[in-house]
Amino acid sequence: MSFTTPEIAWAPLAPVIIVLGAAAVAILLESFLRSPETRRKVQLGVSLVALIAAAGTAIAQWAALEGAGTVVLDGMLTVDRQSLAWQVLIAVFGTLGALLFAARTRAGEEAFTPLGSVAPGSTEETLARRKGLQVTEVFPLALFAVGGMMLFTSVTDLIFLFVALEVFSLPLYILVALARRRRFLSHEGALKYFLLGAFSSAILLFGAAFLYGATGSTSYAGIAAGVASVTGVDALVLAGAVMVVVGLLFKIGAVPFHSWTPDAYQGAPTPVTAFMAAATKAAATAALLRVAYEAFHGLEWELSWLFWAVAIASMVLGTVVALVQTELKRMLAYSSVAHAGFILVAFAGFPDGALSALPFYLASYGVATLGAFAVITQVREKAEDGTVLGEATRLGQWAGLGKRSPWLAGAMALFLLSFAGIPLTAGFVGKFVAFAAAISEGGWPLVLIAVIASAAAAFFYVRLIVLMFLTDVPDGQEDAIEIDHSPLARVVVIVAVAAVLLLGIVPGPVLAAFENAGVLLLGAAG
Amino acid sequence: MDPINFVILASILFAIGSAAVLLRRNAIIAFMGVELMLNAANLALVAFSRIHGEIDGQIMAFFVLVVAAAEVVVGLAIIIAVFRARQTISLDEPAELKG
Repeated sequence: MSFTTPEIAWAPLAPVIIVLGAAAVAILLESFLRSPETRRKVQLGVSLVALIAAAGTAIAQWAALEGAGTVVLDGMLTVDRQSLAWQVLIAVFGTLGALLFAARTRAGEEAFTPLGSVAPGSTEETLARRKGLQVTEVFPLALFAVGGMMLFTSVTDLIFLFVALEVFSLPLYILVALARRRRFLSHEGALKYFLLGAFSSAILLFGAAFLYGATGSTSYAGIAAGVASVTGVDALVLAGAVMVVVGLLFKIGAVPFHSWTPDAYQGAPTPVTAFMAAATKAAATAALLRVAYEAFHGLEWELSWLFWAVAIASMVLGTVVALVQTELKRMLAYSSVAHAGFILVAFAGFPDGALSALPFYLASYGVATLGAFAVITQVREKAEDGTVLGEATRLGQWAGLGKRSPWLAGAMALFLLSFAGIPLTAGFVGKFVAFAAAISEGGWPLVLIAVIASAAAAFFYVRLIVLMFLTDVPDGQEDAIEIDHSPLARVVVIVAVAAVLLLGIVPGPVLAAFENAGVLLLGAAG
Repeated sequence: MDPINFVILASILFAIGSAAVLLRRNAIIAFMGVELMLNAANLALVAFSRIHGEIDGQIMAFFVLVVAAAEVVVGLAIIIAVFRARQTISLDEPAELKG
């Protein structure tokens, strides 16, 4: 029996290999560098270099790509302009996320617990803190998550989709559990995120098994061919397709698969929330686009009810529940649920326009999210004796922030206006292109609901702006809030402000780039 | 025996597993439910592989096994961290996150 070595085209995989390779190196560095302080600096440097190099490589490949793209690993992976565009986006989110991970308060406090394995409030924890221990593993974990997400955007095989899903989810579960303050909340958020995340990936896997059974293939092209050859509706195909889509909707955080979102967003350390809110949604949207357009295009009619129902439920429930939240991170979590609904609107009728509209939508949503959570890390509670505590996330504590720090409050207001979709911000252009794509395939009832939901959502965004600028600081609370000045977090805020304004005022070049990326390489039967 | 019976068994196991995740309040039992779901998928993959008369499905089952093992590591770590902090792993007990 002879064994033929499989041909692997390594070059198109370069961005992913850079990130995952750097993550492996960073894990090694953990054991070689003794001092926590050096380790932190080196890890931040390695992460930034790897992520920027990956983004640069992906852009270079995008520019140099001839034809539609390359099929790698016998049809397991497809590197085309669409996947490269998403990879660039995720690497950029990862870079901003890494900067936030490293940010510290003026008192030198990090966002992460000094030792994840010890119980909150125990003597071991106090000892670890006094010794200056740091969980610098967060940087390699984030790199693994970014690498998994980048794979997730380009896989064209259901089993590989499952593997990539776990590669990026497992590090995120750990990251969520590592908050420095409010560790009970952090643990609880991680536990719920983990159980529901594992549940959803099991659903996705069982759907993949069904599709394999029905079509004899797990590659998207093979499934599409199998779907086309079946006359009528095969129950096995439909059940499998619905389960795969449901598994991905869990990751996007759409109703009724959203219940982990508020808990994980609130419990996680704010830098982690910022990173995963932006990057997970982008990765899951990219994967859903590819599955829907490459494998399930023939099932469009059968699946459209699912997309419509979930989109409407997400927009309505996300908006209504966000209205009554008093906790800032939770409010933004429900707003992200509503945004998941807006994303799904673009799937109505599977329009070609969604392939270029959704990367732009996620770019605008991602930078605004990273910026908004970066602002949250800067607003801190202060005890009566002057020690700075954790983040002030109750809405009431933000009253009069515009007077304490006009620039920070102004940046937050800009991000909120972008979430609401006000013209001259990135969010407006994003919503416009996404809804235009839906209308092109007759999804106007959905767009009508989306516009009404955006108008209702504007209420709670504006409420916070009013609170920051037009409300006075409550009596006796003048010294209860401390505005922190972490240079790294400020860099993220400034970059996000610039990106939101740039994408909102001159969206042309970026829109053109994503227009160029709105093509999938089809028919790669494995 | 007709291999389609194994697919039916896999579906039943999957249903039991998902019921355990959704209904049981003990984190370990809920986690066992997830593992049951993953193994049900493995069984279905292997059975379909036999039906199609090819080896692809069995190879995929190996990938799933590896991923499931990694998931156990992370999951148990989180559950132990929760237990150390609260001395309980009931999913109803930690109820600080609501709304």
